[in-house]
Amino acid sequence: MSRNTEVFVIGGGPAGLSAAHVAAKLGAKTLLVDDSARVGGQLIKQTHRFFGSSNRDAGIRGVTIAEKLQQDIEEVSDRLTVLENTAAVGFYHNKEAGILSQKAYERVTYQAAIVCTGATENSLAFDNNDLPGIYGAGGVQTLMNVHGIRPGQKILMVGSGNIGLIVSYQLIQAGVEVVGVVEGMPTIGGYLVHASKIRRLGVPIYTSHTILKALGSDGVTGAMLSRVDEKFQPVPNTELEIKCDCICLAVGLTPLIDLFQQAQCRMVHVGELGGLVPLHDSAMRTTNPDIFVAGDASGIEEATTAILAGRIAGARAYETIHGKSPQAEAIVAEAREELRTLRSGSTGERIRWGRERVLKEVGEC
Amino acid sequence: MTSLRIDKHPVLNFPERKIVNFNFEGKQYQGFAGEPVAAALHAAGIRTLRHSPQKNRARGFFCAIGRCSSCIMEVDGQINTMTCITPLAEGMQIRMQKGHGTIKA
Ligand SMILES: Cc1cc2nc3c(=O)[nH]c(=O)nc-3n(C[C@H](O)[C@H](O)[C@H](O)COP(=O)(O)OP(=O)(O)OC[C@H]3O[C@@H](n4cnc5c(N)ncnc54)[C@H](O)[C@@H]3O)c2cc1C
Ligand code: FES
Repeated sequence: MSRNTEVFVIGGGPAGLSAAHVAAKLGAKTLLVDDSARVGGQLIKQTHRFFGSSNRDAGIRGVTIAEKLQQDIEEVSDRLTVLENTAAVGFYHNKEAGILSQKAYERVTYQAAIVCTGATENSLAFDNNDLPGIYGAGGVQTLMNVHGIRPGQKILMVGSGNIGLIVSYQLIQAGVEVVGVVEGMPTIGGYLVHASKIRRLGVPIYTSHTILKALGSDGVTGAMLSRVDEKFQPVPNTELEIKCDCICLAVGLTPLIDLFQQAQCRMVHVGELGGLVPLHDSAMRTTNPDIFVAGDASGIEEATTAILAGRIAGARAYETIHGKSPQAEAIVAEAREELRTLRSGSTGERIRWGRERVLKEVGEC
Repeated sequence: MTSLRIDKHPVLNFPERKIVNFNFEGKQYQGFAGEPVAAALHAAGIRTLRHSPQKNRARGFFCAIGRCSSCIMEVDGQINTMTCITPLAEGMQIRMQKGHGTIKA
């Protein structure tokens, strides 16, 4: 079987939902596929109140933002088809792609595609890092906040960025004992508000420490930590054994980019954005003129910026099919302004720098 | 059902779901219909899902969203099934996967 659409959106996280909403609202026939059982992306596991822009939902819980985005897309359901449990598996030439669900493999013919596949979790090298009981932070969140199951009774968190700190708090909410947070840097990576929250609850944060090995033979029973020096080398005789039944790795995300590579989009490595990202201009268009990108797939950032970039991509994708439109232009102008505000200030510095590098490569900066 | 299941949560509500029976390595267990197989096993206290092909090391799930393949098992005779995204159904036969597994004719 084959399907025909004008705009084809891959991934139903905040970026993809926003892109699909805008494209359909402006008048494009739109198809969105997501390979999970429920659209919402990372948001459906996030029970904490969000940081970010107050125009764009800061202070609201991730799960609530997901519900809001879902209501938005229902409003345009006459032009927008959403397929859950359906993965985009590759692009053909001539604006065609393949999608796979449990039931069937189908071809999709489109005029513009917006790829919003999000990110995958990083692992970390240490002895026994493959033992059962070692999970990614997203995995822990999925198990706990989507399926209602604790990862274990006592957990060690590796990484004190915002994700490590927030997931630690969520673990405590779910009744799991967090035995400590390990951080290689001399200072805590995430916002102080999140760190203070878990410190008040008695969780020790081990800065300038690393995990040397996981203990146990067929499952985690503990971890061996050690202090590290300025060059991140373990300091001898500072080993510390901690008892726990699971370990959570919150050591960053990498953009999920296989589809761009397969579509032969030019890629560029930008450390500030999490690794290899598809080169794109300020319209979020990649070097393959029919393919746009938005959200974490274009560089690891946050949900509010993913929503805004999704709106830009949705509006520009609409325009490539239906021609210039004042409404689309207004959406883009508003989103750009909000993005500028969001990325200003010292916390946005690294992102700004990374984004500028991408634009420089395409000659827009 | 077990102590790993969250029954009270300050923010989230988990809706009632249908209980189903499944079989893991010859023993009967219970889980909720539609939850991932790996989640049902985890809640039943089972963390080792397979053994690695070369060094025969125990492996459990890692990403829980169908990206890393750490959770592959034999489900109803089908090897290499990503159990973290396979919904549990009544009567499922689940086995640990040894190495690459064997394809049944
Ligand atoms: C613990 C944690 C806390 C966070 N806290 C905050 C916060 O407070 N404030 C904030 O602004 N941000 C926060 N974020 C970040 C935010 O959640 C992400 O930046 C945002 O979700 C990215 O949106 P996205 O749409 O790009 O990707 P995602 O939300 O990851 O969505 C991608 C979707 O694409 C689907 N997909 C992938 N590949 C395919 C394919 N081939 N075919 C079909 N579907 C596919 C995936 O299943 C997924 O549903 C947090 C993240 C985490 C993990
Ligand atoms: S745990 Fe990663 S694919 Fe299942």
